[in-house]
Amino acid sequence: MTAGRTDTLRVSGLRAEAGGVEILHGVDLEVAPGEVHVVMGPNGSGKSTLAHALMGRPGTTVTGGTISVGELDVTGLPSWRRARAGLFLALQHPIEVPGVRVRDVLREAVEASSRSAEISGTIDEEAAAIGFDRRLIDRAMNVDLSGGERKRNEIMQLGVIRPRFAVLDEIDSGLDVDALRAVARRVERATTEWGLGVLAVTHFRRLLEELRADRVHVMVGGRIVAHGGPELAEELDTTGYGAYATPA
Amino acid sequence: MTPGTFTREDSSALGGPPWMSTRRANALDRLETLVPPTADGSEVWRYSPVDRFDVGAYRPSAPARGEEGEAAAQALGAEFGTGIVVVVRNGRVVEVSRAGVPGAVVLGAASSLAERPAALGSVVGDDFFVALNDGFAPDAVVVEVPERCVVEEPIVVVHWCETGAPDGPAPASFPRTLVQLGEDAEVKVVEVLAGPDAGRALVVPVGELVVGDRARLSYVLVQDLGMGAWSIGRLAATVGRDAKLRSFTAGLGADYDRCRVDVAALGDGSSTQITSVYLGSGDQVHDVRTLQDHAAPRSLSNLLCKGAVAERSRSIYSGLIKVRNGAVRSDAMQTNHNLVLDPTAHADSVPNLDIEENDVRCSHASSVGPVGEDQRYYLESRGLSPERAERLIVLGFFDDVVERSPIASATAPLRRRIGQRLEGLLGRGGER
Repeated sequence: MTAGRTDTLRVSGLRAEAGGVEILHGVDLEVAPGEVHVVMGPNGSGKSTLAHALMGRPGTTVTGGTISVGELDVTGLPSWRRARAGLFLALQHPIEVPGVRVRDVLREAVEASSRSAEISGTIDEEAAAIGFDRRLIDRAMNVDLSGGERKRNEIMQLGVIRPRFAVLDEIDSGLDVDALRAVARRVERATTEWGLGVLAVTHFRRLLEELRADRVHVMVGGRIVAHGGPELAEELDTTGYGAYATPA
Repeated sequence: MTPGTFTREDSSALGGPPWMSTRRANALDRLETLVPPTADGSEVWRYSPVDRFDVGAYRPSAPARGEEGEAAAQALGAEFGTGIVVVVRNGRVVEVSRAGVPGAVVLGAASSLAERPAALGSVVGDDFFVALNDGFAPDAVVVEVPERCVVEEPIVVVHWCETGAPDGPAPASFPRTLVQLGEDAEVKVVEVLAGPDAGRALVVPVGELVVGDRARLSYVLVQDLGMGAWSIGRLAATVGRDAKLRSFTAGLGADYDRCRVDVAALGDGSSTQITSVYLGSGDQVHDVRTLQDHAAPRSLSNLLCKGAVAERSRSIYSGLIKVRNGAVRSDAMQTNHNLVLDPTAHADSVPNLDIEENDVRCSHASSVGPVGEDQRYYLESRGLSPERAERLIVLGFFDDVVERSPIASATAPLRRRIGQRLEGLLGRGGER
């Protein structure tokens, strides 16, 4: 197990609110390098709030607990500091930035991580790996892109930026089976390539049919109510989330 | 009222062929009854600082002197085009380089048309400043492209407008341009308004664009005057049947920069793209007024106006889509986005619709605000510092609009100017 390790993404007793309402009531999770964790839960269970709280999105306020990337406590840090600590979020709804080319964002992102600025080859490779149209690299970020293209774009960026830990928020929505498979293969490859740790949140089991998970967590009512292996997802298929009583 | 510093003697001393003298005398008569506008007088001057305007602080400019302006004007001509250049200094046409222009095209000074008048005043409406231009413009630039004639390379008209010392009346320049396209003709025209960085000046440009049936005009106007100038400009166009007009105006310099663009879709199936951009800093005021006047069926107009205000600067966008009775199946769009980069800056956006016809498609959208929180968050989540994220977003905001420049040779100079201005305004002391 990971007890005592100092190279993990560690979430301890995390409480967070959005719009003045507490959504997360104390979440504990730990993802080690190279591991794939999937958080499943029904709509409204707090999965997206968890993703936003981890990345520090404005409007989501952490009211208790801690988030650590390796030895660094990032709980009070702005998003860009968390990113530089090695955290990455693939957004459920990637954002349009008119006039700003994908390539320019990636160049600045890689420069910010103090790596080589020569990334053209990497961008091309990563785009090819998940079927992201290369022409879109020199167009404005997410402008006029379909939902599926936006998701591919997120994973392409993940491959270029090479974070230590990636949070994937509903990465399966908007992707057809082939695209989802390509995304899953790319993410899995990253776990061995540079030891990427993955925390994927979803409410569909479909993701688990493509992405090989080490651990599955069930989230209901802002708490993790069960942990297990991939077999947990199969159980959910028959029992549903209703089996997990929503805590008062 | 005829202002004391703008006399009949000044006007009649400007010379030129008889038709020009007649036009000027007529304008002086109109000026007897016209007064400078006030901000509360009508919607088209609302929010403007025109109440601060003192006509007595200016006098008609004398012919330009000094080689400095000549060299600067030449450099601008080369920067914005590929060789066809008209240099105008203080409203006087001083040079025409027309290599590559078909012989049938009339290009140059209106004053050289001795036998017949140029069709000045046929498109633009009247007001105090138009009458002042009519009365005191020493000359006009005329571009007449006859039917079926195509001019491939862009024509660049550089208006160099001198400034004056802090004491005494400052020079007033009256750039005047007429671009007239016959049936199925095609031309690209870039106009640049520029002058010394320092000193005060009044610049009152009036441009008229007549796009004949099935003709195609690409037009770019760049106002890059020094920060002590007041520029009060008017651009008016008519677009004929199945004709295409793509206009692009940029307001960069001047203390007060006003650009009013009136486009009348007079022809069935005409198509107009209007783009406008402004960038304010210091105490600048940018003031853009647009009119998309649909008078013919199946006419299309698409307007995009984007600007940013920083420091203590201010901007006003006010636009009207008017669809007249009978202009069925017209399609008009109007979009204005404003970035407010500092809390001390301010932008007003006033879109308006006046639709007299039922079977039409009209839409408008407008926004005023700082850099979007979501966009900033998205880029920051990739590790970009807040300063770098803001810089990319603001540059992108302008790139998105500069890309609409209909004349390729003007795109890089525009991007360069906006980029340089933004470098000074963004990421001050920012961490990479």
